[in-house]
Formats: sequence, structure tokens, C-alpha cells
Amino acid sequence: MTNATEKTTLRKIFDWHEQRLPIVSFIDHAVGTQYPAPRNLNYFWNFGFIAGFMLAVMTVTGIFLAMNYVAHTSMAFDSVERIMRDVNYGWLLRYMHANGASFFFIAVYIHIFRGLYYGSYKAPREVLWWIGLLILLAMMATAFMGYVLPWGQMSFWGATVITSMFTAIPWVGNAITTLLWGGFAVDYPTLNRFFALHYLLPFVIFGLVFMHIWALHIPGSNNPLGIDVSTKDKIPFHPYYTVKDAFGVGVFLLFYFAVVFWAPNALGEVDNYVKANPLQTPPHIVPEWYFLPFYAILRAIPNKLLGVIAMFGSILIMFVLPWLDTSRIRSATFRPVYKWLLIVFMLDCALLTWCGAQLPEGAPLILGRIGAAWYFLHLLVLTPVVGWLETPKPLPASIGEPVLRPAE
Amino acid sequence: MRKYILTAAAALALALPAASFAAEAEIHIPAEKWSFNGITGHFDKEQVQRGFQVYKEVCSACHSLEYISFRNFEALGYSEAQVKALAAEYEVEDGPDDNGDMFKRKAKPSDKLPKPYPNEKFARSANGGALPPDLSLIAKARHGGPDYLFHLLRGYDEAPADMKLADGMSYNKYFPGHQIAMAKQIEDDKVTYADGTKSDADQIARDVSAFLMWTAEPKMEVRHATGLRVIIFTLLFTVLAYFLKRRIWARIEQH
Amino acid sequence: MANTAPAHPTHAGGAAGETRRDFLLDMTVATGVVGGVMMVWPLIHSMNPAADTLSLSTTEFSVAGIAEGMGITVLWRGKPVFARHRTAAEIEAAQKVNLAELRDPAKDADRVKKDHENMLVLVGVCTHLGCIPLGMKPTDPRGEFGGWFCPCHGSEYDTSGRIRRGPAPANLEVPPYSFVNDTTVRVG
Repeated sequence: MTNATEKTTLRKIFDWHEQRLPIVSFIDHAVGTQYPAPRNLNYFWNFGFIAGFMLAVMTVTGIFLAMNYVAHTSMAFDSVERIMRDVNYGWLLRYMHANGASFFFIAVYIHIFRGLYYGSYKAPREVLWWIGLLILLAMMATAFMGYVLPWGQMSFWGATVITSMFTAIPWVGNAITTLLWGGFAVDYPTLNRFFALHYLLPFVIFGLVFMHIWALHIPGSNNPLGIDVSTKDKIPFHPYYTVKDAFGVGVFLLFYFAVVFWAPNALGEVDNYVKANPLQTPPHIVPEWYFLPFYAILRAIPNKLLGVIAMFGSILIMFVLPWLDTSRIRSATFRPVYKWLLIVFMLDCALLTWCGAQLPEGAPLILGRIGAAWYFLHLLVLTPVVGWLETPKPLPASIGEPVLRPAE
Repeated sequence: MRKYILTAAAALALALPAASFAAEAEIHIPAEKWSFNGITGHFDKEQVQRGFQVYKEVCSACHSLEYISFRNFEALGYSEAQVKALAAEYEVEDGPDDNGDMFKRKAKPSDKLPKPYPNEKFARSANGGALPPDLSLIAKARHGGPDYLFHLLRGYDEAPADMKLADGMSYNKYFPGHQIAMAKQIEDDKVTYADGTKSDADQIARDVSAFLMWTAEPKMEVRHATGLRVIIFTLLFTVLAYFLKRRIWARIEQH
Repeated sequence: MANTAPAHPTHAGGAAGETRRDFLLDMTVATGVVGGVMMVWPLIHSMNPAADTLSLSTTEFSVAGIAEGMGITVLWRGKPVFARHRTAAEIEAAQKVNLAELRDPAKDADRVKKDHENMLVLVGVCTHLGCIPLGMKPTDPRGEFGGWFCPCHGSEYDTSGRIRRGPAPANLEVPPYSFVNDTTVRVG
């Protein structure tokens, strides 16, 4: 039998299947040779792929962790310790999962800032942006409930504090909170349903990611210049961006593995290695780092209901960003004022992150209030106003036009 | 240029919260040298064995190690027979037998270390209301980890003149709030080491801290070894992908 | 990653340096695939028995109280272990069997401990599909051969626990065990 006939046989089987279910062509159109992408995407465009990769890592490690985890208050902490000590490679799976959450958020936050800087949320990509925000919300819910599962002190008190936010809702708040708890405090019904939802939500995220990619393919990828790209300036996603993403994932994994293997508890809280105790609150309650900016906004406002509204509002407001931003120029590269405004906004988020980790008193509280005020000022006032007043730099007509040569 | 600004801002955004965690502990805990620090950090088995002796002779009177089984000590270099003999020194409750009674038997390697107190209430009443915490995870459950444990054990001192200690409390430089219910335990020659190591208080505190790091993170050595291999492999993949990327992109970047 | 390999040749073109590029491509894809496969092992291995499960593999029980013709069932590694105190007639029947007639030939003497021939210790799991054969309670059916009868698919075992009739392929397993003293058995 020659190699050639073997190939034709395989080819026949392949074609037969492809005619009935064109799954390979489908993938090829999604992230393969049939998806034309702008040829000038920079390394910030790697983080979408990296985020998807981390979603897969989280799901796979999570499924195997779930096989050894027990979602009951009397056994949850012990079952996690059993995973760490007795289950084969359990320590690896748990540390990959716990730190994977952080690195998933790192990838997604960079992905979001890339979208903000290059105007990827603007027409015609508003729905793409919305789905992305839904993914962020689903991730936050998943991460929060996942953090409760080890049933340490921070798990328990984090769950108590976050679910208690719903008591801020007038009239029905207490009833809603009781419903969420399945009791009169965070207890085993709460833990068990959090486990069920923590297992469910990633699959919802997968569905949203599918829609995110679908919505991306309608207008096609944005690019660092933010201009519409002609066909001659596009290259097939595969092999150009698959290989670039492979390299990007490799670099990202180096950082991830460095933390997993040498500082697996650096991003965690020591109190979560103490079993949950409903009779004693730890001296300092802090959420995981990726929630800190929102936590700082919550604490900046000395009114329970308004604080909760501000915190949820800080994300929900992003849904209308495509209309708050009145400029029609997408890329901040050509917006001399807005560009600096965005960098300040980013520093503001960093400031809020820092404030969220401090005790809410003295300088951190004041800074947190300034930071929270700036957050909303930026989005609600400065963004529309600058859009109206700013004079943008001239846009190049195409990617190949020499206007951008000196910048490269 | 703007790339560098963005990168710097991103780095700052990530570094700030990290810095804040470090700043959280209000009492400065000096860093000690440990064999398990560093990329290839490993446990000094003899030191951990000595630390176990300290735990057995001093700490175990009040503190449990609820996640440690006798079989775990094989990882410290004890033979299977030694572990069996060690377990046989202890009695654990088992049962019920055919008559429905609980009974005492010699411990087996698969048994957990017996706890000093039957329950939390008993432990509190035996210690003036204070609960001696379980020590299995203590090195991961306190800021500073083994450094903190070492300095805590050596940090007993006379209380400053302006500080009034509550009844039964001791002054400790490193304990948050400086009032600790545990009295000073570690002194020179508190234990006599089987291997002849000089047993001054520093050595004892250091050994038991190393032991508690081992009880908290028994898989650390395999984690470091695995990590090294994983990182080298990932680096290889990344370098290959980089050159492949350059080669493939060369086709369009020439235009 | 796996999807990238077959599609590549259409884009490789005929440019110079092709050989090296293909080598590089193969190396990169191979490294990625090998890395992925190496990550699969910890996932699979995490489903194998954990260290605490493996360490709990011995069970001790007393056989002092078992009357002749009766038996007890104890739990070992999550499975039932039968210990039956055989009568002289049962022992004789077990020893007399012509080995050539057996589906899974084994001497009775090899299935008990010397000087403890009256005590038969077996894993109480039918070798067909894992049900627990009847025969431990006085009221249980024991099948035609006086040993055990599996209610699921009708396998019959003799007084040495050997398969005699029915779909089961092998004798009831004898677990690793020893007599700690005359009345105490340790399994595992």
C-alpha cells in the first residue's frame, strides 16, 4: 500500500464526514485559514486567546478537583486538605485551579483594557462588547462561589459579606438573602448550591464565549489603528495568529507556572487555611485581588444601598460605554487627550485595587473615595465631553499607508 | 513609546496590590534562612525529624496535628518499620466492637496522630478559655509562615512598663496585639536531640518551625522538582514557537 | 494545536528555507502535543486511589465467635469479606472434588491456611459482575454445591468458594490474609 492511496482513503472518509457535519470547515472559518484578520494586530491581541486557554485549564482542573471535593460544611475543608496531601497530583490540580483564577482574570483584564484603548467596543462591535461584559460578570460569580468552596475563614466570611449586600435592597432584601443562603446564615445549603452553580457557570461562560467569537466574526477584528481594514490588509488567522498565540500562551504560561510552583499561596489569604468559624470574623476581610477595585468602590460610599449600587453600577455602566464615548475615532492612538485620560483611568483602577486591600480608614479610605469618584467622573463626564471637544489626529486611510511608519 | 507606558502602567496595576499584601502585617517579621527557600528548596530531613521530636515532647501536650497520619512520616526518611513502631507508641480509640463498646488499640500507620483533647470545649477549659490551634496548617495560616513561627517562639519578653497584661497572658513581640495565651515553651535544652545536635533555644525553635512547614506543605519538594521540569519544557515550547512565529511572519513583513 | 498541523502545507508555499520551517513546525507542534499529553497524566492519575485510601487496606476481625457452619461478613477496602467456619462434612466435600471437573481448578488446601482449614476467608464478590452471593445467613440459598449462590445471574460456588455452575468465570477470590493468633484474622 502506498502512501498516496492511504491519503486518498483518509481524504474520502474526511470528505464524507465533512459533507454531513462540516466541523473542520467550521473551525477553519472561526480561527483558521478562512478567518481574515488585520495584519497589524499587536501583542495585546493575544489575550483573548490566552483567556480562552485559561478557561479550558480551569474547566479541566476543576472537573478533576470536583471528583475529590465534598460540598458539605463538615467535610469541605478536610476534603481540600485530602486533595492537597493524599490525592495523586491533587496539590498540582488545586494550585493550578486556585492560581488559574487569578491568571484568568489577569488575561481578561488586559483583554478589556485593550478593548478600551483601541475602541473595540464602538460600532459595529457593541454586541460583542456586551457579551464580553456578560462573560466578565459570569466569571466574577464563578470565582466568588469557587472561593467559598474550600470553606476556610475567608471563604465563609467572604460569602457572608457578599450575600449580605442583597439585604441592601429595600423591602425584599432580607427575603432574597435568606433565599440565597437557604437558611438564616451561610451554611451547608449555601455551600452545596454554590458548588452546583460553580460547576454550572463555566459552561454558561463557554456558551457566551461561543457567542463572543460569533459576534466578533460579523465585523471582524478591530486593530491598533481602529480603522476599517481592506481585504488586502488582512491575513489568514491560521497560521499567522495561531502561531503568534501559541508563542503568547507560552510566555503567559511561564508566569503562571512560576506562581503555581513557587508561590502558590502568594495571591491567597492566610486566613483561608483556617477552617471556617461562624463565631469569629477574621480581623481583616479582603476579597481576592481581582475584586479589590469594586470592593473599594463599595466601601468608599458610607451608605449601604448606595455603596452596593455604586459597586454593581461600576460594571453595569460599561454596557453603555459605546454611547458614553461620543468620539467616532476608535483607537486612542489618534486621540491625544483621551489617550492620557485612559492611562489615568487605568492608574485609577490600580489605586482602587490598592485601596480595596487596606483597612477602610484614614488615607486609604480618602484615596478610595477619590478613586471611586474619578472612576465615575471618567466614564460619565470626561468620556463624553472629551469625545465632543477633542481634535483627533488624522487617520491613515489604510494599514499600509506610510502615516504610521515612523511609529513602528 | 506608548507601548512602554502601557506596559509600565499594567505592571504597576499588578504590582500595587501585591505590595499592599506585603505591607499588611503591622509587625515586621525578619526573614530567616530555610533549606526550603529558593527554586530547588527542599526540607532538611534531619532538621524536620528534630522538629518532630520537639513537637512530640513539647507542643503535642496542647496542640493537635489533625491532618498528619503516622504513614506521612515515611516522607521524612523513617522506614516502614520505624513508622509502625512509632505508631505503636500511641493508643487510639476504635470500635465499636462486637458488643458495641469502643476500645483502645495501638495506633497503625494509617491512623491520624491522636489529639491532646477530645473536643474544643475540653481544650478551652484546660487552657483558661484559650484554644490551642491545630498546627497542621499553621505555617500557611499565619503571615510570615515559618519566619513568624520561629520569631514567635523566641519573641517572649518582659512586657513594657505601660502595658497591662490580662490574667494568664504573656507578652510576645511578634504576636498580633502582643498578648498571647501560650506561655513561653522553648528554652535551652528543653529537649535532648537524639542525633546529638546542640539544643539551644534558637535551634529548637528553628527545627520545630521547619517541621511545621513540612506538615503544612508536605508536597513542596515534589512541587519544586515538578515545577523545574515544567518550566524548562514550557520555555522550550515558547522558544520554538517564537522562532516559528518569526519565520512564518517573515513572509508578510518583507512587503 | 492539533488542528494546525494538517492545514499548514497549503500555506507553506514554495519559499526558500522550507525544510527548516517544516522542521521547526514539527518540533513546535510536537512539543505542544507532548506538553498537553504530559498534563493529562496528573488528571488521570488523580482518579487512582489516593494515599489515604491505599493505607487503609488492612482489616482485623475475630473469628472466635463463629459457630460451625456459620459465617460473618466484614468490610475490607469497601468490599465484603466472608469468613465461614466450615463443618467437617463441608471440608471433606471441598477436598474430594475432582479438579478436572472444575472450571477454575484449585485445590481446597491452597485456599485456606494450614491448621486453619475450618476457616474459609473469601472476598464476597461474585466474579461474574460483582454482586454479593447469598449463603452467609442460615436462611440463604447456598446452591447445589453447598457454598454460595449468586442471585443476580445464578452462579453457584462450592464449600471452597470455587465456581461450579453459572456464568462466573473464576472462583471467589481469596484475599491476602493471615492469622494474627488463633482467633484473629488480618486481611490485607
